[in-house]
Amino acid sequence: MAQGYTPGLKVTPWTHWRCRRVLPIPGEVRVAAGAKVQAEEVIAETAMPGDATPVNVAKLLGVPAGELAKHLLIKVGDTVTVGQVVAQSKGLFGLFSSEVKSPVAGTVESISTVTGMMIVRGEPLRVQVRAYLTGTVTEVLPREGAVIEAGAAVIQGIFGIGGEAYGVIHPVCSAPDQDLNEDRLTDDLRGKIVIGGQRVTQGAIRKAQQLGVAAVVTGGIDDQDLREILGYDLGVAITGHENIGLTIIITEGFGDIAMAHRTFDLLRRHVGQRASVNGTTQIRAGVLRPEILIPCETPLMKPHEQTREEGQLVVGAPVRVIREPEFGSLGTVATLPSEPALLASESKARVVTVKLSRGETVTVPRANVELIEG
Amino acid sequence: MTGVPATPKKPIDPESLNVILATDCGSTTTKAILIEKVGGGYRQTYRGEAPTTVEEPAADVTIGVINAATEVGELAGRKLVDENGVLVRPSNDRDGCDIYISTSSAGGGLQMLVAGVVREMTGASAQRAALGAGAIVMDVLASNDKRKPHEQIQRIRDLRPDMILVSGGTDGGTTSHVVQIAELIAPAKPQPRFGGQYRMPVIYAGNKDAAHLVADVFKNQVELSIVDNLRPTMERENLGPARDAIHDLFLEHVMAHAPGYEKLMAWADAPIMPTPGAVGEILQTIAKQDNINVVGVDIGGATTDVFSVFDGAFNRTVSANLGMSYSISNVCAEATLPKILRWVPFDCDERELRNRVKNKMIRPTTIPQTLDALMFEQAVSREALRLAYVQHRQFAVGLSGVQKQRTVGDAFAQQTGDASLIDNMRLDLLVASGGVLSHAPRMVQTAMMLIDAFEPEGITRLAKDSIFMMPHLGVLAQVHPRAAMEVFQRDCLIYLGTCIAPKGTGKPGQPCCKYQFTGGIQTQGEAKFGELLHWPLGVGETATVVLEPSRGFDVGSGPGKRHEATIHGGTVGVIFDARGRALTLPDNRQACQQQVQQWNKVVEMYP
Repeated sequence: MAQGYTPGLKVTPWTHWRCRRVLPIPGEVRVAAGAKVQAEEVIAETAMPGDATPVNVAKLLGVPAGELAKHLLIKVGDTVTVGQVVAQSKGLFGLFSSEVKSPVAGTVESISTVTGMMIVRGEPLRVQVRAYLTGTVTEVLPREGAVIEAGAAVIQGIFGIGGEAYGVIHPVCSAPDQDLNEDRLTDDLRGKIVIGGQRVTQGAIRKAQQLGVAAVVTGGIDDQDLREILGYDLGVAITGHENIGLTIIITEGFGDIAMAHRTFDLLRRHVGQRASVNGTTQIRAGVLRPEILIPCETPLMKPHEQTREEGQLVVGAPVRVIREPEFGSLGTVATLPSEPALLASESKARVVTVKLSRGETVTVPRANVELIEG
Repeated sequence: MTGVPATPKKPIDPESLNVILATDCGSTTTKAILIEKVGGGYRQTYRGEAPTTVEEPAADVTIGVINAATEVGELAGRKLVDENGVLVRPSNDRDGCDIYISTSSAGGGLQMLVAGVVREMTGASAQRAALGAGAIVMDVLASNDKRKPHEQIQRIRDLRPDMILVSGGTDGGTTSHVVQIAELIAPAKPQPRFGGQYRMPVIYAGNKDAAHLVADVFKNQVELSIVDNLRPTMERENLGPARDAIHDLFLEHVMAHAPGYEKLMAWADAPIMPTPGAVGEILQTIAKQDNINVVGVDIGGATTDVFSVFDGAFNRTVSANLGMSYSISNVCAEATLPKILRWVPFDCDERELRNRVKNKMIRPTTIPQTLDALMFEQAVSREALRLAYVQHRQFAVGLSGVQKQRTVGDAFAQQTGDASLIDNMRLDLLVASGGVLSHAPRMVQTAMMLIDAFEPEGITRLAKDSIFMMPHLGVLAQVHPRAAMEVFQRDCLIYLGTCIAPKGTGKPGQPCCKYQFTGGIQTQGEAKFGELLHWPLGVGETATVVLEPSRGFDVGSGPGKRHEATIHGGTVGVIFDARGRALTLPDNRQACQQQVQQWNKVVEMYP
């Protein structure tokens, strides 16, 4: 049977999920193998060296670096406070003496005899890693972190803004083709994961920020609105560090595009349940897509029957068209012609024919469809 | 240099090589080519490709290599991989290859931080060394870069480069400034990109008298390699030792920590090179051999690399966020939509267009299905290429800080700053590679994207890399230069033809240049300013042209001066571009659309 390989986004009612949670530098792991953990629980911790502040003491004092030692009032390893005098010159006949004060508090890490530069190291910065997934610690990575596993409903989005967030699933649209505008947001949504339908408006995001909503999950967003919210035009899709007060996950793409029924139905089945979301997106080597994890011991919905291997484009597989002129249309693979076909652009490419959910059959390049993974 | 030496490879006898297997392990695809000795000369015979397998679940680059090699082997009817998944070497009549070589840009390539005392001098030299070695330069740190020391330290902490190159000072000069740079890097405690399990590789290539002081500052916090000063005197750059050290550390540290690379390095019969470094090698080889000035461009999804060799001086720049998919949104932001839309001969809804651009960014592997989508992508590519070339021209300058004698003529010409080494009038060959240029449905589209973006002047030959095999040939040039050159000339380049473009500006319709062609083209006439003319001249065919430019226009011999030359044909032929240099388009949207439509019609750009 004809088949091809195309990547897809995961939308599954239940799967065994595994999260590897590690510190950026070695530290202390607080959990043991077999322990049950809650998503927001801290499982590993470390201290990053504090900020280093350079102070060119010799230059400020007006003495050669080689002679600095005799003017110093402190030594390497000493603790200094803000404004503490660290070096002093005697001046002529005891007059015109000058002194250098530390601009920050910290520990003197080094004093260079070549340049006269002093480095003051600030307080260590604490870095914590949370479990992220409510589940069981199946492996401890010594000094690094741990692996957490659990049964969960998993939904991957196409694009996100903001990092990890936690909250209760709360749909505000009754159909996937309804826009998520500000009128749908009520005062009781603080700390919740709000599920929309089609496009989220700029007004809705502004209101969600005011209300303290944890995250917004919806089908589409307008580029212009995103630019207004971020305050800049996003040049490359590497996100997760934005600080806009909430996490946004887009499941389909930019523009007026309804959330896929399958995603919408799955999220609605989990109303009131606590979930973990992460908007981090990286579309380069080592692709990362945003995700929604809803821990559940058993599936609330029957998993879709999937006889094909992951990533295999086969006849009958559910797909989404991801480029104009049929951008956003959903359907199933009808045929997979093996010979390349001539496109309207005059390019030759391998194609797939898709029976759209509205009944029509269209021919599109294989590169322009995405599998909906169950 | 100090540090662990790269695995020594057995010396290769070039004359014993009959079958060569070469791969390029890219971020998404591993491309394999087979080069065979045919009738005494070398030819590229078969190619295959497979997805790169650096990511989970495979997490072993050699699986992709074996898959790509297997495909080539099947096409060639030659068993290249045995039952145990091992490359068959050496070759016999039916099976195997004699050597296996490879380049790699998987995992985002080589990312470096460079530092120098003065940004325009040792900073620029360090940047040239890193770029020439095939790296992406994340930042250039210098004593005069206008950032405060604590901001510089914070920046180093935020970046996670693969390695750091420190330069500064001429040999015998002051030591304190370069020590100061080291004193900023050491307290930042930089973390290497691939995990915290090994120490950050740092190369010191500055004032040799400061080497021990710098080593003292770093103590044992980093993996320090000390090499010869890359700027021993103001007048001289010595980039070789720093480049070699970068290549060695790339193999020992960066590659060795990527999945499967230890095995790949053991397989390869020559050191693995970063892909852009290999492209630079082959372009330098051809420029030297044919004694020509060359510009090469490789436009990818995320980045655009520009290479140039002018009078033997090699330069490479990477425009890290100018690309056609991952970075397409950034191209639109930097170039601005109106600049892109001047190449699009139909009306577009701006909101919809912006959403389309973002959708391409988040789904980078999609291809244009409709003609309108293709035209828009080719418009974006013109602007990405134009911006990348502007950056390249700014970077490719002579050595700063060198005292120059100025003549009265210079004073009258009001020349200030450093002049670019790039002179479009003296450019002989412009080579295109990368998806949007290589896969354009019509060859003339590739030619016009090059002409509109690079604006070559005078007489310039245009070519494209047929199947992106320049990286493979760059590594091959290291072990067998003759084979590399033979394949480059016979199989690698597809000549598109020649562009003739008088330099100067005028009013539309005013006489620009008289022409008389003999040989492969038999015609004469006068090009009017603003016109685009096109004549077919096939691959391997030549014609002689006599050009008599009008006053104020230059085609190579000076303004208004007659110029005669032999020109070469190609799949497109000859394009006479009398649209002026610098190329300007009407500001009025409607007039611009009509103008572009007319030019497109002349060269038969679109159906």
